[in-house]
Amino acid sequence: MSISIMRRAWATFAALALWLGSATAAQADWAVNMPAGVTAISKEVYGLHMLIFGICCVIALVVFGAMFYSLIKHRRSLGVKPANFSHSTKAEIIWTIIPILILVGMAVPAADTLVRMEDTRNSDITVKVTGYQWKWHYDYIDNGVSFFSSLAASSNQARQLNSGIDPYTVDNYLLDVDNPLVVPVGAKVRLLLTASDVIHSWWVPDLGGKRDAIPGFVNEFWFKADKEGVYRGQCAELCGRDHGFMPVVVNVVSEQEYDDWLADNGAQPQAQPGALMAVAEAADYTAEATPVAAAPVIADWSLDLAMNQGESLYNTHCAACHQANGQGLPPTFPGIAGSAVATGDISAHIDIAINGRPGTAMAAFGPQLSDEQLAAIVTYQRNAFGNDTGDVVTPDDIAAAR
Amino acid sequence: MSTTSTTHDDHADHAHEPTGLKRWLTTTNHKDIGTLYLILSLAMFFVGGAMAMVIRAELFQPGLQWVDPAFFNQMTTMHALVMIFGAVMPAFVGLANWMVPLMIGAPDMALPRLNNWSFWILPFAFTLLLLPLLFGMFGIGGGGPAGGWTMYPPLVMQTGDAFPFLIFAVHLMGISSVLGAINIIVTIMNMRAPGMTLLKMPLFVWTWLITAYLLILVMPVLAGAVTMLLTDKYFGTSFFLAAGGGDPVMFQHIFWFFGHPEVYIMILPAFGIVSQIIPTFARKPLFGYDSMVYATASIAFLSFIVWAHHMFTVGMPLAGQLFFMLATMMIAVPTGVKVFNWVATMWKGSMTFETPMLFAIAFVFLFTIGGFSGLMLAIVPADLQYHDSYFVVAHFHYVLVPGAVFAIMAGVYYWLPKWTGHMYNEKLGKLHFWLSAIFVNVTFFPQHFVGLAGMPRRIPDYATQFADFNAISSIGAFVFGASQLIFLYVIWSCARGGKKATAQVWDGAEGLEWTVPSPAPHHTFDVPPVVR
Repeated sequence: MSISIMRRAWATFAALALWLGSATAAQADWAVNMPAGVTAISKEVYGLHMLIFGICCVIALVVFGAMFYSLIKHRRSLGVKPANFSHSTKAEIIWTIIPILILVGMAVPAADTLVRMEDTRNSDITVKVTGYQWKWHYDYIDNGVSFFSSLAASSNQARQLNSGIDPYTVDNYLLDVDNPLVVPVGAKVRLLLTASDVIHSWWVPDLGGKRDAIPGFVNEFWFKADKEGVYRGQCAELCGRDHGFMPVVVNVVSEQEYDDWLADNGAQPQAQPGALMAVAEAADYTAEATPVAAAPVIADWSLDLAMNQGESLYNTHCAACHQANGQGLPPTFPGIAGSAVATGDISAHIDIAINGRPGTAMAAFGPQLSDEQLAAIVTYQRNAFGNDTGDVVTPDDIAAAR
Repeated sequence: MSTTSTTHDDHADHAHEPTGLKRWLTTTNHKDIGTLYLILSLAMFFVGGAMAMVIRAELFQPGLQWVDPAFFNQMTTMHALVMIFGAVMPAFVGLANWMVPLMIGAPDMALPRLNNWSFWILPFAFTLLLLPLLFGMFGIGGGGPAGGWTMYPPLVMQTGDAFPFLIFAVHLMGISSVLGAINIIVTIMNMRAPGMTLLKMPLFVWTWLITAYLLILVMPVLAGAVTMLLTDKYFGTSFFLAAGGGDPVMFQHIFWFFGHPEVYIMILPAFGIVSQIIPTFARKPLFGYDSMVYATASIAFLSFIVWAHHMFTVGMPLAGQLFFMLATMMIAVPTGVKVFNWVATMWKGSMTFETPMLFAIAFVFLFTIGGFSGLMLAIVPADLQYHDSYFVVAHFHYVLVPGAVFAIMAGVYYWLPKWTGHMYNEKLGKLHFWLSAIFVNVTFFPQHFVGLAGMPRRIPDYATQFADFNAISSIGAFVFGASQLIFLYVIWSCARGGKKATAQVWDGAEGLEWTVPSPAPHHTFDVPPVVR
């Protein structure tokens, strides 16, 4: 290899090193390094991360240093005659023992932190977190507040294929929700995680990690935020089409704000005895448990009213797959427009809306939505997109079918 | 190593052998079959690469510009399956087919007809695998599988008509791999030239022997796991479905019991290739041959007891997490031994830097970077942040692209003169190397940053603070992808002609494969050479 190529290689290497160096210098900017976060654990984790990163850099310096020295000095073009040694027991023992010692040195603090991460005792608040395709449900099991948390409408519009909306104009694009999880600062919050359909993973980097939400399992995770603020993360386990569009937002507020928020959202006085039982039966709650955004009970039900309500509900709950224009993305996500289901037998339509279609991405919306909401959606589907069946499905029809 | 060899190139004997397509369909010759494997692998490398280009095009800017998220998921899923089972594994099997008999002085593989069958299963397997995606692109059916190459239930159960295609394709690939592995073990165990004791075998043969055992041990586990998925979907069982009393996490345990050794199946032969190339161009024997063999065996053993480090977030008991953390960290020891030995082989050598050596050096450098991020991932508390983020994507692409793929390319440049009888175009080879080596880093290094900053993997769109690094990464990927066309051209032109290669090809090369003429005649070592 010619000297000029070698020089080029060095230039590349130097540029890379420079880039790395500047990246490290800019680590305060959270888009380059792991955030130190706002919990004692997340800071420990950050410390471990930087420690092992540092150790790796030192080892790299030694090993690559030796390699590059050799690449420069021990080349035939310099007239070097090759040595003929092929082993050295002493060297080999040394470079087996030293890594073992380094590893032990890293394992000890890691194990120490891990033990503390796993200690979920003495929590102040327990929230059950249920992953759905593609939203989160939060259930404050001590006081009966529960609600869904989905991608904010502004992000949802902008993220459609060729929406024409510049993501830079959307506040917190893809990291904003309609209803964030609200917790008080300084409280040890224990999360009980499960899922209703497929595996999801609840991740907020500033809160020190993630935990999978798995159907049929209840996992535990805890955090204790030291600082008020809004912390954002995302689902981290591939969960289907809209995996990239189910953010997690945690609003850490003062004790007083938290109490006010609870009162505003219809908190019931402390812990019902049955609350923990309910946790074991994952995904077994109905919308009667006061969803924050529940529709008000409607006195006189009409086509216009249902269509009105139905359109926005459809866009929130159905449009991800069936699309806002009702065309769907066939055949995986069939269209609603002109479909046999939406123009045929009403009770079959209601049945699919309530119970879903096992083996497909069509979720059972019965446990997620109220009778009014479902009635509005089914009515909308039967009359929008040129379906024009004129059918009006009432909340009573839904209740009867449940 | 002093050897004698007899070669046999009398085509008159084989006048009755079929020609044209039928020759390739019915061949039992290890060199022909090796060539078939390598061609299939190259084709799949471009198919999988095209999918990567779609992924990087969509991720070039925030917002969705090109594809629907459902199609994006098909791309990530199929990219992984095609690259792992279609590009990397068949490339190694192809190299083994060509080189193992030549390196141990055997006339052919021990089970030549089985060899033919192991290869010809694969085109059918990939037809099955790719068919739903292809049809989907023309609006027929639901498209390809989109639940990730890891096929985690319950998500994978939502796969439409592509589901049985996926399962049966995996079954076929598994059968092909197991048959190939049996053949390699039987060949190495029974057909070595007189005097070639186990500890005189070239390192590439050793690493393949160990890899073949890994394949036999884990491919049936994968077959079992996907069969359970199949019965869960169509025959009412509930192995992995919580609603029926099953356990979705159990699938992950079984899958990764296959999956982690699979990772080493894709890297051990690469270690072997690099261990052949570095001594040749350093003109100095491999440092620590024995410890290289023991390190390979240790890595293979450890690969069976670290699987759960892929799933630290599923909620394991503390003791389990500690065990898998410590076992995983232990892998750094034998891997470190290997890297130190390669550096010690270069040390005080008389090095030249032809294309194979450049790729081998880049392998040592960049694979080690992947090793460092692997060590970081082993630390459980930190892994709970890294897991399923782009940091992981960066990590495994570092060990697979400038790791496994660079080693394969190094091997191809190294042995191409032996296969074709011509020297390849060194200038273009070096151009291919430098473009690849620079842009593989431009592609994957920034992914460490976005991963640490909180970007999850397998997402088609991202928050705006990740935009700059993603744009850089996409540009890197486009140039890296385009540079592979040079590789294609170099191989094609080398097969067509060029400077005649000598039998020795490289002045520092040692071993039986360099005692036969270039190109290696159709039949070699009819009379076994004697190794002293």
